[in-house]
Amino acid sequence: MAADASSLIDWSLLAFSAPGWGGVLLAGFVNSIQIAIGGYSLGLLLGVGGAFGKLYGGPITRDLLEIYTTLVRAVPELVLILLLYYAGTDGVNQVLALAGYPPIDISGLAAGIFVIGVVQGAYSTEVLRGAIKAVPSGQMEAARAYGMAPVQMLRRITLPAMLPYAIPGLANLWLIATKDTALLAVVGFSELTLVTRQAAGTTKHYMLFFVAAGVLYLLLTLVSNGLIALIERRARRGFPEVA
Amino acid sequence: MSSSNAPSPKADMPPEPGAPDARDHVAAIMPAAPESSALKALLVPHRIVLMLIFAGAILAMALLMRWDWLPGYLPRIGSGIVVTLIMLFASAGLGFLLAVPLGLVQVTGPWPLKRAAQAFCTLIRGTPLLLQLWLLYYGLGSIFAQYPEIRSSFLWPYLRQSWPYGLAALTISFAAYEGEVMRGAFAGIPAGELEAGRAYGMGRFTLFRRIWLPRAVHRALPTLAGETVLQLKSTPLVATITVIDVYAVISRVRQETFLTYEPLLLLAAIYCCLTGILVVAFRALENRIPTRGV
Amino acid sequence: MKKALSICALALLAALASTAGAKAEQVKVGFAAEPYPPFTSPDANGNWVGWEVDFQKAICAEAKLDCVITPVAWDGIIPALTSKKIDMIIGSMSITDERKKTIDFSDKYYNTPTAVIGAKGVPFEATPEGLAGKILGVQASTIHADYAKKHFSTAAEIKEYQTQDEANQDLAAGRLDAVQADSITLEAFLDSEQGKACCEMKGNVADDPVILGAGVGVGLRKEDTALKEKINAAIKAIRANGTYDAFSKKYFDFNIYGE
Repeated sequence: MAADASSLIDWSLLAFSAPGWGGVLLAGFVNSIQIAIGGYSLGLLLGVGGAFGKLYGGPITRDLLEIYTTLVRAVPELVLILLLYYAGTDGVNQVLALAGYPPIDISGLAAGIFVIGVVQGAYSTEVLRGAIKAVPSGQMEAARAYGMAPVQMLRRITLPAMLPYAIPGLANLWLIATKDTALLAVVGFSELTLVTRQAAGTTKHYMLFFVAAGVLYLLLTLVSNGLIALIERRARRGFPEVA
Repeated sequence: MSSSNAPSPKADMPPEPGAPDARDHVAAIMPAAPESSALKALLVPHRIVLMLIFAGAILAMALLMRWDWLPGYLPRIGSGIVVTLIMLFASAGLGFLLAVPLGLVQVTGPWPLKRAAQAFCTLIRGTPLLLQLWLLYYGLGSIFAQYPEIRSSFLWPYLRQSWPYGLAALTISFAAYEGEVMRGAFAGIPAGELEAGRAYGMGRFTLFRRIWLPRAVHRALPTLAGETVLQLKSTPLVATITVIDVYAVISRVRQETFLTYEPLLLLAAIYCCLTGILVVAFRALENRIPTRGV
Repeated sequence: MKKALSICALALLAALASTAGAKAEQVKVGFAAEPYPPFTSPDANGNWVGWEVDFQKAICAEAKLDCVITPVAWDGIIPALTSKKIDMIIGSMSITDERKKTIDFSDKYYNTPTAVIGAKGVPFEATPEGLAGKILGVQASTIHADYAKKHFSTAAEIKEYQTQDEANQDLAAGRLDAVQADSITLEAFLDSEQGKACCEMKGNVADDPVILGAGVGVGLRKEDTALKEKINAAIKAIRANGTYDAFSKKYFDFNIYGE
């Protein structure tokens, strides 16, 4: 077998229509982004609930949330994904059956979003909890003194005031979410990493396809970094410049 | 948060891996949990009830689920844990050795080196580890196979196996993440300390060896615990390239017994224990190093 | 706080419900999400093609089922079936007594021998003696993995791969000395450019009916007896009306059904 550089790099394999695999890769990439966005949003929701529960909830809520965040952060994402992927759908359907509803058919996409969301939720909880605690208590007291209701205070004071503290951590979580979607390849979900592996296996051009997928992931990260910098600059208006 | 909360391992784990500025930020706004008597905190009525519920759940799992496969697999699970730990410590150790120069050149190196180090960190941190692993093992492996010189070289017996690729991918990943931390640590040493060293007539190398490096490592130590836990959580990925770690052993149990939940629950428990041990060990380590002047 | 939690719970349910389809009569057909030519492999259009895809289409048309192709990870395909992520497996799964403890099978729809391939120019036979000291690759959770562990584990080192394609790849890359699998998929690999260059057939392994089973069947949940009847009737029908032979001719010049 001769080591022939031109046989290693066959760019036509990346064309967007058959026989190129570019279209398949892009479809997988779109799936990855969908799951990342869905899982990240779900994680944020869980995180807001979790952070408030940890700060203002009763002792039982606090302990349960503590167990949730500790467990998720101690067990590898890969294991959690396997457990939640099989147990999650099973569990939802069993709960539905108990409530007297027929089982629903949970798509791979929903399962993926659920799994990434649960993992992200634990980390968001900690990030948001820290951010809320960093809001100067005088601002909250002032709001209370003005007679704001708790929901109004949350909407007008706590959330906007904590954002600058939360954004670095949340931005990081977004980058982690985009990369964690790759783990769904192990349960056979057609996201970018799995379709890359299929394309590589079918064509035997492993290097080409893995590098191409790497470029896509990297682009996503770089674009995200740019957006994050914009958001951060906006959110930190009026804050002293950090060195 | 009330001080009645038990000290929990989470204080030692940074909430997320990645950008060091974010980490420093969060670390700054999340002080460590207050040390209080752990036992006293556990004996609150609602905690006793919770513990009873969990004990019940574990008992139910033990009685209602199938565990008869466990004794036969114990030796293999044990050797799987050993492989996992070897992968963890070898990659974290080697990765840290790489992270020091990576961090240093980003702070003080000439611009080509600086750019190269930055590009390396961005590249590794911007792509999933699973993809990197498969790129190394299947991508690079298929290229190696095309060169008879490599196949006949003394390295081939190692390149034929899968663990060097797993170790390489884990090491590179750890180096990139910890390299960013080290960059922040090197950059954050007060200039006065270095000036004091210079005023004592220290040469560049002595200054680095006696002041800059130890102070930077010291500053990076709290994040090292978190990074190591994250690294532990990354190790099961090597099972996808046929390294038989504890995850691979459990996968085999799943395939041979057709059970889904029992082996995975055991695996989760094993990783929880390993994480707990790591966190406690790192806390002990940090307590032994004086924190005066930090 | 309670409100925040309940909003959370609502959003979670909404997220799950919005993506969940309501079509109950659909039958999800699972197979391994990996290239397994000539049975199932992805093409550059993002479709799955191969003999087994044609077989599945013929069966579903015959039994008047609304089938949806659902690729899943091979090593989790049985849990996927039992946890209702898929409704049947048409993925070259052999009927074995071990699997029958967990799931049910239709009648067989093809049966081919098990073979071993290895690097060119290294003559050996597919026996424990021939494989002594060699590294043998198999796909995890297959009959081949079970067979190799029973018959070859004392002689050879056995490596398990998540996909057949990765085992083939490692054979071509020189990391394995031999690969054991279904003879047809191995022939397909040997016909490929990569396979031609590196490897050759070493022969079929000695039969072990307990492990290698009695051919490949459609995997079903034990309680889905009505579906099983339908599938069995459909297999019989397409065998009788010539559909089976018609699409098989596109792929094979021999009788894949066995006797």
